[in-house]
Amino acid sequence: MADFTLRVNGNEKKVDVSPETPLLWVLRDTLELTGTKFGCGAGLCGACTVHAEGAAIRSCSTPVSQVAGKNITTIEGLGASGLHVLQQAWIAEEVPQCGYCQTGQIMSAAALLAKTPNPSDEQITQAMNGNLCRCGTYERIRKAILRAAAAGGAR
Amino acid sequence: MSALNRREFVAAGVAAGAGLVVGFYLPHAGRSKREVFSPNAYLRITPDNKITIVVARSEMGQGVRTALPMILAEELEADWKLIEIEQAGASTLYGDQTTGGSASVRTTWDPMRKAGAAAREMLVSSAALTWGVPRSACAAQEGGIIHSVTKRRFSYGELAAKAATLPIPTDVPLKQAKDYKIVGQRLARVDTPAKVKGEAVFGIDFRMPGMKYAVLSRCPTIGGKLVSFDDKESKKISGVSYVGKISDAAVAVVADSVWSAMEGRRLLNVSWDEGPNKDLNSAAVMESLKQATAKKGASLYAVGDVSKASGRRITATYLLPFMAHAPMEPGNCTADFHGASSELWAPTQVPQDCRDSVAQAVGLDPDQVKVNVTLMGGGFGRRLEHDYAVEAALVSKAAQVPVKVLWTREDDMRFSTYRPASLHQLSAVLDGAGWPVAFTHRIIAPSISGQKGQPGPNGLDPDLPDEAAFIYSVPNVSLEYVLAETPVPLGWMRSVYALQAGFAGESFIDELAAAAGKDPLEYRLHMLAQNQDIQYFTTTWHTARMRGVLQLAAEKAEWGKPLPAGRFRGIACFGCFSSYMAEVVEISMENDAPRVHRVVAALDCGLLVNPGIVEQQIPGGIVYALGNALRAKITIEKGRVVQGNFDDYAPLRLGETPAVEVYAVPSAESPTGIGEPSVPPLAPALCNAIFAATRRRIRALPILS
Repeated sequence: MADFTLRVNGNEKKVDVSPETPLLWVLRDTLELTGTKFGCGAGLCGACTVHAEGAAIRSCSTPVSQVAGKNITTIEGLGASGLHVLQQAWIAEEVPQCGYCQTGQIMSAAALLAKTPNPSDEQITQAMNGNLCRCGTYERIRKAILRAAAAGGAR
Repeated sequence: MSALNRREFVAAGVAAGAGLVVGFYLPHAGRSKREVFSPNAYLRITPDNKITIVVARSEMGQGVRTALPMILAEELEADWKLIEIEQAGASTLYGDQTTGGSASVRTTWDPMRKAGAAAREMLVSSAALTWGVPRSACAAQEGGIIHSVTKRRFSYGELAAKAATLPIPTDVPLKQAKDYKIVGQRLARVDTPAKVKGEAVFGIDFRMPGMKYAVLSRCPTIGGKLVSFDDKESKKISGVSYVGKISDAAVAVVADSVWSAMEGRRLLNVSWDEGPNKDLNSAAVMESLKQATAKKGASLYAVGDVSKASGRRITATYLLPFMAHAPMEPGNCTADFHGASSELWAPTQVPQDCRDSVAQAVGLDPDQVKVNVTLMGGGFGRRLEHDYAVEAALVSKAAQVPVKVLWTREDDMRFSTYRPASLHQLSAVLDGAGWPVAFTHRIIAPSISGQKGQPGPNGLDPDLPDEAAFIYSVPNVSLEYVLAETPVPLGWMRSVYALQAGFAGESFIDELAAAAGKDPLEYRLHMLAQNQDIQYFTTTWHTARMRGVLQLAAEKAEWGKPLPAGRFRGIACFGCFSSYMAEVVEISMENDAPRVHRVVAALDCGLLVNPGIVEQQIPGGIVYALGNALRAKITIEKGRVVQGNFDDYAPLRLGETPAVEVYAVPSAESPTGIGEPSVPPLAPALCNAIFAATRRRIRALPILS
């Protein structure tokens, strides 16, 4: 066990966990931020996607020791001042079915739009291909990203 | 309503405190004698004008928390904006709460409408009595009763106390479809905002004070058992508080975080007796299916006499593998064992089975186990099992703390229940013009229910009556089911046997069309040209409705129009869960593999309660089916499931997803299933497209094996 200081959604949090603990379980079990989901534990499905310094990472395969001191954003902190434009687009396109993967999808999409405000279809595919959805909402995910981009999605 | 039902109604009204409570209490042949009555629907209106509709089915993404209340609210003439939704847990009040078989809307359509209509009529009476005016001068409108002469208005809340004292009308008028204001509207789902904000509480997210986390070490071989375990190393992990045997084949590791529990399990030293299946492999399973073909089967459907037909005979054999549901949220359940007041928080399609099985496992009466139903991160049939609920209760009892049992992805893949592998023998006799005069389909598969100790009558699997109809006019038809045995655990997976029956049957129809040198659409339409009712068990199928979806799909896909070079089409249709579905799949071939560009889907599911939800479910089923058709295969080696995660069991990804168009045949018929019917036609339509492209017939799934 060791102490780590994390900056999650703008707040400093001290946690006492073993260094190899995946960030996912620190977020979910220690900090009680359960919007970030467990899907595969192996970086294969993207349900656990969060941002570290603005980049999308798979929190299930990221040891907490690697992100100590970094700025981490989870779905709970994405729309700090109201809904993020992507969340609004997700509602407008009625994307979710079961909804379990959608927070990870939105976090991947947010990292994409932050870098690429007007992504092409190919760029969307590249950025989102690591996020699985078993309900098959992919077409609407694509539409929602395009809608958010049209609305100035980098914000 | 009988006097006894009336007493139940009043009692329920009193129990709820004040206001109007409407349920329909019908005699219910329940699973225990305690369940003497059960209602089909439930509504609560309190004097503060809070209108609560209880949803007694589970939300797993298919939209029941929105669709079912819409049905009741329509007849109630409610103001939809004011409706609050409450999720029912396991209860004796709601009949069978199983969420499956694409049945939630089709089986609650009448009871939900009647419950809403009865409440509406009682509210009208209450207003009329209060004002001292004739009932005929009072009308329900947008959540209130208006007096047509004076334009006075009572909200439903204001009438609740009075309405609660009135008798339930026995024969309530139901609204005409033309007057619907809520049903048929593309209303936004009630669960969407929480899901995009990360606030939705799935089973895995539920937590309570003092709760610990548990993962289980399970015997890796099917049917093996625990011999012994050594937890010395496990207990060195900080946070691990309990390690113990909880069944013949599982040891639980309990800790204060999921990660500690996983680490504790990793370091657990376990010795297994690998049991009777330690040498089982997929080849042996397939061999046992082949051997079962020699057995006499049970007839599912027969017209004419296939043995007497003469002409050109064509035969083919089709093969399907085991598949896993793999919902995004792995299995989990939270249990707080407290003797006679035990409680579960379960993402489950079967809350009542959870209650009953948990009670039995921990030595309680069913009414001592309260089951709360959480949101589910997908179901697809996997959560028709309640293994995780029983585990959670056993661990909580043993460790004496509230516990969340969590399955990892590998647990979910390897200790699941699987879509049965199956073998299909098809044969047909064609007349001189190439049209079929006889069609035979033998389905050789293990029985899901049979393996669980609930076989159907006369050697049939009880699911087949919903899932294997042959909806064509052919003079001689024989559908037969041959029971095969397997030790591999079986489960109901989205569309269940309809996937197998549809793949084999609709691929074979395409073979016949090719053998006859005819267009596959024209070939099907010829067999649907006469209006015929086909009675298959309790469902009456209509060739006209199947013809309707085929023609609609073909028209929208521009079937007759030549495609650009390198593009090819395939078509298939199937009926299951009382709905009709046709799909046209458009592909190109890249490196010998199909790339699906477009799927045009046409369905007839009767009246659409919420078209927006239908337009989610149909593409959802198609994407699920496409991933399965391309790659899904669970294999067995040395008595173990080989696949473990999304690398070796790889669902469809965004980059492979085709454009899906959905068209519904306008219909005033009662609504039927939408969750599953889009699954079965996809694989045959795709393989028929591959045949069009390559002249290669795919008779075994997955395609990319």
